Amino acid sequence: MSARKKVLWILGGVLITVYCLFPIAWIVSLSLKAPGDLNNGGFLPSALTWENYELILSGDASGLFLPALRNSFGICLIATAISCLLAMFAAYAIARLDFPGKKVILSTALVVAIFPIISIVTPLFNLWRNIGLYDTWPGLIIPYLSLTLPISIWTMSAFFREIPWEMEQAAQVDGATSWQAFRRVIVPLAAPGVFTTAIIAFFIAWNDFLYGISLTSTSAARPVPAAIGLFSGESQFVEPTGSIAAAAVIVTIPVVVLVLLFQRRIVAGLTNGAVKG
Amino acid sequence: MASIEMTNIVKKYGDGFPAVNDVSLDIADGEFMILVGPSGCGKSTLLRMIVGLEDITSGDMVIGGKRVNDLAPRDRNLSMVFQNYALYPHMTVFENIAFPLRLAKTPDDEVRRKVNAASDVLELKEHLERKPANLSGGQRQRVAMGRAIVRDAEAFLFDEPLSNLDAKLRGQMRTEISRLQRRLGITTVYVTHDQTEAMTLGDRVCVLRKGKIQQVASPRELYEQPVNLFVAGFIGSPPMNFLPATPEGNRLKTPFGDIELDERRAAAVAGHDLLLVGIRPEYFEDASLVDDAKRPVGSIFRAKVDVTEWLGDSQYAYIPYDAPDSIKAHLRDLSKELDSEELRTQAIVSIDATSRIREGREAEFWLDSRKVHVFDPESGENLTRDAEAGAELTRLATQDRLEHLESARAQQDGASDGQTGARGGATAVGAA
Repeated sequence: MSARKKVLWILGGVLITVYCLFPIAWIVSLSLKAPGDLNNGGFLPSALTWENYELILSGDASGLFLPALRNSFGICLIATAISCLLAMFAAYAIARLDFPGKKVILSTALVVAIFPIISIVTPLFNLWRNIGLYDTWPGLIIPYLSLTLPISIWTMSAFFREIPWEMEQAAQVDGATSWQAFRRVIVPLAAPGVFTTAIIAFFIAWNDFLYGISLTSTSAARPVPAAIGLFSGESQFVEPTGSIAAAAVIVTIPVVVLVLLFQRRIVAGLTNGAVKG
Repeated sequence: MASIEMTNIVKKYGDGFPAVNDVSLDIADGEFMILVGPSGCGKSTLLRMIVGLEDITSGDMVIGGKRVNDLAPRDRNLSMVFQNYALYPHMTVFENIAFPLRLAKTPDDEVRRKVNAASDVLELKEHLERKPANLSGGQRQRVAMGRAIVRDAEAFLFDEPLSNLDAKLRGQMRTEISRLQRRLGITTVYVTHDQTEAMTLGDRVCVLRKGKIQQVASPRELYEQPVNLFVAGFIGSPPMNFLPATPEGNRLKTPFGDIELDERRAAAVAGHDLLLVGIRPEYFEDASLVDDAKRPVGSIFRAKVDVTEWLGDSQYAYIPYDAPDSIKAHLRDLSKELDSEELRTQAIVSIDATSRIREGREAEFWLDSRKVHVFDPESGENLTRDAEAGAELTRLATQDRLEHLESARAQQDGASDGQTGARGGATAVGAA
């Protein structure tokens, strides 16, 4: 019975893994196919070629792709850092303090998060052009904050709420100011929450296409998703499928690396042992 | 070290409910004061007002001669042990204990010296580099105490520090806390709902009910001269039995026969129709085992035993009795207030372990009538309380405490005169 159960479990696991990883495998396979080989009817390329990668990293498309990669990294990291810092203070206040309008702030954050981006992109485009933020890094960082802040506040306030109140009170009795208690006790305890939030915020900014395509026009600030959208084939009748696939693979790498790096920090239950086990 | 004086302290929450209502309490320098009461009586709130984690609605809180109402917790220089210990999980035991010193910007070598001294006292030496998550409950409790004793605080505050430990460890830590407090001679306020802790640890015990002080006295006075039904029912385990009684001359008619009162008590109860007589379980005895010499000071009655519990060193018998409905209602309210659920009116009687009284049979009991108290069921007031005798008990306890304190301080002065070796030896013996 248990042996059969085990087999079933493994079988199920494999099925789900294949189901999840198939699109990625497909993209990788596509990125390794030569343009003429794209429609070979098979999953695997007839012959392995690095042509697509060469094209975007050092060939014709590199002028489009490489600055975009730099922009994406810079803009997303800055947006993530700012949003984490702001969200940390906001979430702490929401989790700990009793002030009028607390509910309003939380629900406003939720409303902002579900507000359709498309409806504000056009006004934002005009505004940005008038005040000189169009096609600049701050011009993307600011709207990215509106995407990342609400979710950051929500996740972090959940984490802060789980830290026992007594931790902080104990620190205060021990002689800490509110700021010292926050910095030396609460922040270290909330570290897993901060990392989780940072990763989520980073992905949201990293994946954005709409702001990226609408609020930029040159490689001064254009992020990767927008740049990929502007890839063109050798002629207007050829789809740039191969180079898009190659770019997609490259863009996926930082995501995978980030998760692998921080997964232990995310999983670690740091509050373990704070109070009676 | 300092005294703590509270004058007309009130704590009202947003909805206007007074969690602590007009409490005035003086805690002497070096005294061990217990705040005790059923859940929701305001004892923890009062403690948190002393330490500054809770605002004071009105009244004065004076610590060491200084009014501290508006001071932040960190400016009051008190140390506190929380119910769940509140250790910092990301720091080692050493850093946990050192935390108050680090905040005070103490030089490194002094931190090391003080933490080592504290960990010696609490036998935490071999755990200093571990994280709280890897410690047992008792060890965590000791780390929390270490954090409290490491700096020279004006007073220690304990908020039910032992309620998370199992029974055996609780007993050990109780004596440990008592020993530590005696040795350091530091003012201590200790909140608990456990009356064993209240009775054994406290120099004086303050019994609270619904935010109001009922009685502040030494454990002995509380036990022998309670001011009202509430204190009488709360202190003592198994609890005091309350029987309905009607006075007739200088006798009380109860379901367990007549009880004769002396002149003073008879005069005190005169003029009441219905009374409650409070008798502690140990005032009863199996009549066949009572000395002939003692027999005349009590009364003998026959009753049917419902259940007996034999515990080796003692034995309890449960005797059901009937009571008028009004008394039943009073008793039910009282037991609800004391966090217990008394379903039937029954007396718990302590009899000798060798007694042959068995369940379901009728037996003869003897009842020592010298120490019974008589209460007014309406007001709950103890009509027969002897205030002078009570005050004498507390005066004796205070005298004991002062002597103890003096000897502890003399010893400490001796140790600081350079006899560190002798003190170390004493520590080892004391800890063993």
